[in-house]
Amino acid sequence: MNDLTETRNTVGTAAPHESAHLHVSGEARYTDDIPVPDGTLHAAIGYSLRAHARIRRMVLSHVEAAPGVVAVLSAADIPGDNNHGPVVHDDPIFAAEFVEYVGQSLFAVLATTREAARRAARLASVEYVDLEPVLDIDTALAQQSFVLPTRTLARGEPAARIKSARHRLSGGLSIGGQDHFYLEGQVALAEPGEDATMVVHSSTQHISEVQRLVADSLCLPATDVLVQCRRMGGGFGGKETQAALIACIAALGAWKTGLPVKLTLDRDDDMHITGKRHPFQVSYEVGFDDAGRIQGARLTLASNCGRSVDLSDAINARAMLHVDNCYYLSDVEIVSHRCKTNTQSHTAFRGFGGPQGMLLIECVIDDIARYLDKDPLEVRRANFYGQDSRNVTPYGMTVEDNIIERIVGEVETTAGYRDRRKAIAEFNARNDILKRGIALTPVKFGIAFVATHLNQTGALIHVYNDGTVLLNHGGTEMGQGLHTKVAQVVAQELQVDLDRIRCTATDTSKVPNTSATAASSGSDLNGKAAQAAAVTIRDRLIAFAAQKYGVDPAAVIFHAGTVTIGSKARLSFAELVHEAYVGRVSLSATGYYRTPKIKYDPVTLTGRPFFYFAYGAAASEVVIDTLTGESRLLRVDILHDVGESLNPAIDLGQVEGGFIQGVGWLTSEELWWRDDGMLMSHAPSTYKIPTSYDWPDEFTVNLVHWGRNKEQTIYRSKAVGEPPLMLSMSVFHAIRDAIAATAGDQPVQLDAPATPERILAALEAVGIQSSSRAAARRTN
Amino acid sequence: MPANGNDTAAIRFLLDGDVHVVHDVSPTTTVLQYLRDHIRRCGTKEGCAEGDCGACTVVLAELVNDELRYRATNSCIQFLPTIDGKALLTVESLKALNGGRLHPVQQAMVECHGSQCGFCTPGFVMSLFALYQTIDNPDDDEISYAIAGNLCRCTGYRPILAAARRMYAVGRKNNAAWEQRLEKLLTAIRVTTEKRLAIPNGCYTAPSNIDELTARLAAAPESTILAGGTDVGLWVTKQHRDLPEIIYLGNVKELGRISQTDEYLEIGASVSLTDAFAALLEEYSDLEEIIRRFASPPICNSGTLCGNVANGSPIGDSMPALICLGASVVLRKGADVRILPMENLYLDYQRKDLAPGEFVAAVRVPRWREGQLFRSYKISKRFEQDICAVCMAISIDVVDGHVSTARVAYGGMAPVPKRADRCERALTGAAWNPSTVGKAIQALSRDFRPITDVRATDDYRLRVAGNLLRRFFVETDQPDQPATVWNYAAG
Ligand code: FES
Ligand code: FES
Repeated sequence: MNDLTETRNTVGTAAPHESAHLHVSGEARYTDDIPVPDGTLHAAIGYSLRAHARIRRMVLSHVEAAPGVVAVLSAADIPGDNNHGPVVHDDPIFAAEFVEYVGQSLFAVLATTREAARRAARLASVEYVDLEPVLDIDTALAQQSFVLPTRTLARGEPAARIKSARHRLSGGLSIGGQDHFYLEGQVALAEPGEDATMVVHSSTQHISEVQRLVADSLCLPATDVLVQCRRMGGGFGGKETQAALIACIAALGAWKTGLPVKLTLDRDDDMHITGKRHPFQVSYEVGFDDAGRIQGARLTLASNCGRSVDLSDAINARAMLHVDNCYYLSDVEIVSHRCKTNTQSHTAFRGFGGPQGMLLIECVIDDIARYLDKDPLEVRRANFYGQDSRNVTPYGMTVEDNIIERIVGEVETTAGYRDRRKAIAEFNARNDILKRGIALTPVKFGIAFVATHLNQTGALIHVYNDGTVLLNHGGTEMGQGLHTKVAQVVAQELQVDLDRIRCTATDTSKVPNTSATAASSGSDLNGKAAQAAAVTIRDRLIAFAAQKYGVDPAAVIFHAGTVTIGSKARLSFAELVHEAYVGRVSLSATGYYRTPKIKYDPVTLTGRPFFYFAYGAAASEVVIDTLTGESRLLRVDILHDVGESLNPAIDLGQVEGGFIQGVGWLTSEELWWRDDGMLMSHAPSTYKIPTSYDWPDEFTVNLVHWGRNKEQTIYRSKAVGEPPLMLSMSVFHAIRDAIAATAGDQPVQLDAPATPERILAALEAVGIQSSSRAAARRTN
Repeated sequence: MPANGNDTAAIRFLLDGDVHVVHDVSPTTTVLQYLRDHIRRCGTKEGCAEGDCGACTVVLAELVNDELRYRATNSCIQFLPTIDGKALLTVESLKALNGGRLHPVQQAMVECHGSQCGFCTPGFVMSLFALYQTIDNPDDDEISYAIAGNLCRCTGYRPILAAARRMYAVGRKNNAAWEQRLEKLLTAIRVTTEKRLAIPNGCYTAPSNIDELTARLAAAPESTILAGGTDVGLWVTKQHRDLPEIIYLGNVKELGRISQTDEYLEIGASVSLTDAFAALLEEYSDLEEIIRRFASPPICNSGTLCGNVANGSPIGDSMPALICLGASVVLRKGADVRILPMENLYLDYQRKDLAPGEFVAAVRVPRWREGQLFRSYKISKRFEQDICAVCMAISIDVVDGHVSTARVAYGGMAPVPKRADRCERALTGAAWNPSTVGKAIQALSRDFRPITDVRATDDYRLRVAGNLLRRFFVETDQPDQPATVWNYAAG
């Protein structure tokens, strides 16, 4: 370095992922890679093959007698709570009387090898008395089958405003779920410790919840269960609550046998057992003026929650809080049905209900535009939240940081939206079989856990007397680069090199009572907590140096790797640390952070649930084949707001990865349950996430370079985990646009995911029904 | 394993520059299980155990015509004995190749931010390593194909594609000494004779020539015939089947050949899909799309064309095209050989005209003929590596505006890959125009009664089956009109 007096900015640099060199060499250790002692047992889950049944008899003698089997666990073996439900006590670890979905765990086998355990698990004989299953939202609504009561959020007089509006439309669509398809399946390793304690290595986004559920199931105090996670091979929400079942079973096995037990789910079992993104059925009734501005709207969101509550309350609440997306809805009613069905219990997935809510309003806008024969972008703009008026959300929060106009304007320019729309129209006029379509859609996503109390975390920093720094905090690393970002914050505060900092496994014995690493909040929360810990240590060092060298504390300045102590001394960080150690200064500190300003009433669904909003926009162009319904993404232009980026390379990775994951959700990823409730898309052979071919040939992905969080977040950055997923709505709407090219001004009825089959169905619907649809529309 | 005292009963392969000898494993132990569970070499990951995600990708090197050939493969479904005589390279091998520092492939992945959670990364690194060793200046398509078998849920692929370009700039191949040593060792462990691994209730046999093979089949006609293992592997990893008697075709030298006469190409039973496709593509360039979308490189490197044909899955991608082209199968039992038109091999769902001990020794594909119009299409939810909802192939000759011969075959429409007889009749002799196409489409509903399953509904299948005929007509009638989104570029 040239100038030793310069402050080094580690924050804001494109530092590689702290584990990148380990990822590429195969040296990064995941839970299944942890060396285990000889004698470790391997578990496999035996699960229900019926969607809804009473268990008349379960005979496990063949299982017990199978080669290599050491023990079999079922409900009766659980000393404490037979539950892994995170919020409501309704998720048994092992079903005892009833089964409510194909995949529900009944028992577990412990054997000397994983193969032996998996083979044995197939040998159970279970007699079921079948009961009628509920497998879809329509049936659930008809039978009033709900996991939670219906909720309504209303403002103004939507019914009256719709009625008096110049134009009215109604419609809806069904939106499929999504499997997380984290490349690393669910896995836990439990090792019994002395004095009846338990150590659990769990691939989980939520170590504290795993700790609590394991403790409760084994009747242990929290002190006696230690849960650790160094990294996950992907999470995306799928390891927020779903990891607990796996950890509870491994811990139960270890508790019962006194031996270490590992449970690594096979991919098919993982997909049968664990919950997914909620499928939704959404519908609307809307009134609007000649400009397409919405006067009143009634929006209904019915979700398939599966067999239990899990996180469905918060997920459906977030769906309700995101139906507005970027649009001001003066008079609105939002109804949310939380359906109970006999499928996997659906759970957190990147976006957490937000994507489904937002997709509805985007379809409303699209339908309005088609009806008025306007460019959908124009109608979107006509409805955007205002800066000083028209700026209060249906839940009563004022949008204070609205930058969507500017973002959309910039994308419109860089994408050459207008010219391309013309070129596309010309292409479509010339071509019968292929049709192209384009759409530019905005994203506004609220940042914070909707459950206010979860917005807190802690950090723990040790500085050793060689000047190296051990960093621990409450967040988990699932690939999102959280540890890298938090290390950058600490490096910046202490002005040390990044390679002096070691990130350690998230560990319940280091930071207690952590929240799940979720809601995109990882770096917002843990960055602040780690900053606080680092500042504490720095302040102690400053006080020590000022006193020892007799200078004003303000004259003790940390630069890149060195500390200037007035005119008295210039020490390396390590030298100062060593002096402080000898001077008996504590070199360990905790940090704590809770998000300010938020205040939300879960009963009325109003208040300020979010600290701030993250924004973005994407313009996508597709081509579809009107003979087969196949589609292909040709180009995307993205501009996404991450405030002042902590790490532009990591943020870009989140934007691109989130976008493509969303594209998968809305196009090729289809969950398909058979009539008997068996999920048939339960492996990558039948469940198709995007491959590299699906990344478009032409793309421009940028972070908003002028971004700065209005709120005092860590270095004015913004959360980035979830929001970019919803940029994928541009692809869905581009497909709708291409279909519309064959449909005149007819509304397009396209369900998600837009598989070739659904696209062809939508094409045929506009072809066949255009006259009857036109008749159904009314104009005052 | 009960020792039979014979060292040829051990599996020998190269790992990290040394000969690695394995005695006591079950022959259905996968390479992945061996790496992770037996020798605790955990860099290679399991993401699916069925050959569909690429997390387990490793590279096999072998001497082919005295040259080193590197190919990516899915270790999760490859049985350990099948790498006998080859060199195994895993993600852990690469640093050693580069003096303990990250290999250019790995370095490029770091520099391009190609890993997030990192779980897919070892697999990508190995697929890219195979590319790096094989092609010097790959174009975008070659890069994209090289990683077609690797799923990443985190990155969206852009940085990985960037790393594939960058790796050549980080450092060029520079391992001649290492390769020389590899060649020497591979020569030393070359397998030239029949190899047997006895297991408690059966036997794994790898005959080295056709006589040994037929003798073994005569002795144990119920044996499982193992070629690429891309299907048989799943019987073990997913269905937990016991396979007491296995006969591996990979070392049978007569079956590893592609030969050519004036009338046909003959592709032997152990020829990999990769090699078979390369030969077929020279003959029929219109097969390009179906071949590119058939499966990932690791699957094509292990799997065989004859295996795909012998399996006879109703949704196999190759059969409709081969049937259309008039391919036949060479069936062999002992010294007896029969030749059957391919479509006659398939009797009903999973039922084939094959006697016990009889096997598909080769596939014969007629040579291209002047004037033949041929296309093959595949419809699936995802372009790459998906199983078709409908697969269609058509071959016609048009003479003076009339269809003189027509062969139309479909996959995904019936319990077996099947010709559309009524549709063919509607076409044959008729004028090649939209009205004939319309009649041919109507005939399809009498040819087929497809089912609804995870891939598509019956209705969609039938509709698309007909629309693909329309696409074919447009492609032949108006070659300027783009009629497929595959590889369609905006502009
Ligand atoms: S583990 Fe998925 S391809 Fe091998
Ligand atoms: S980096 Fe996580 S799956 Fe590729």
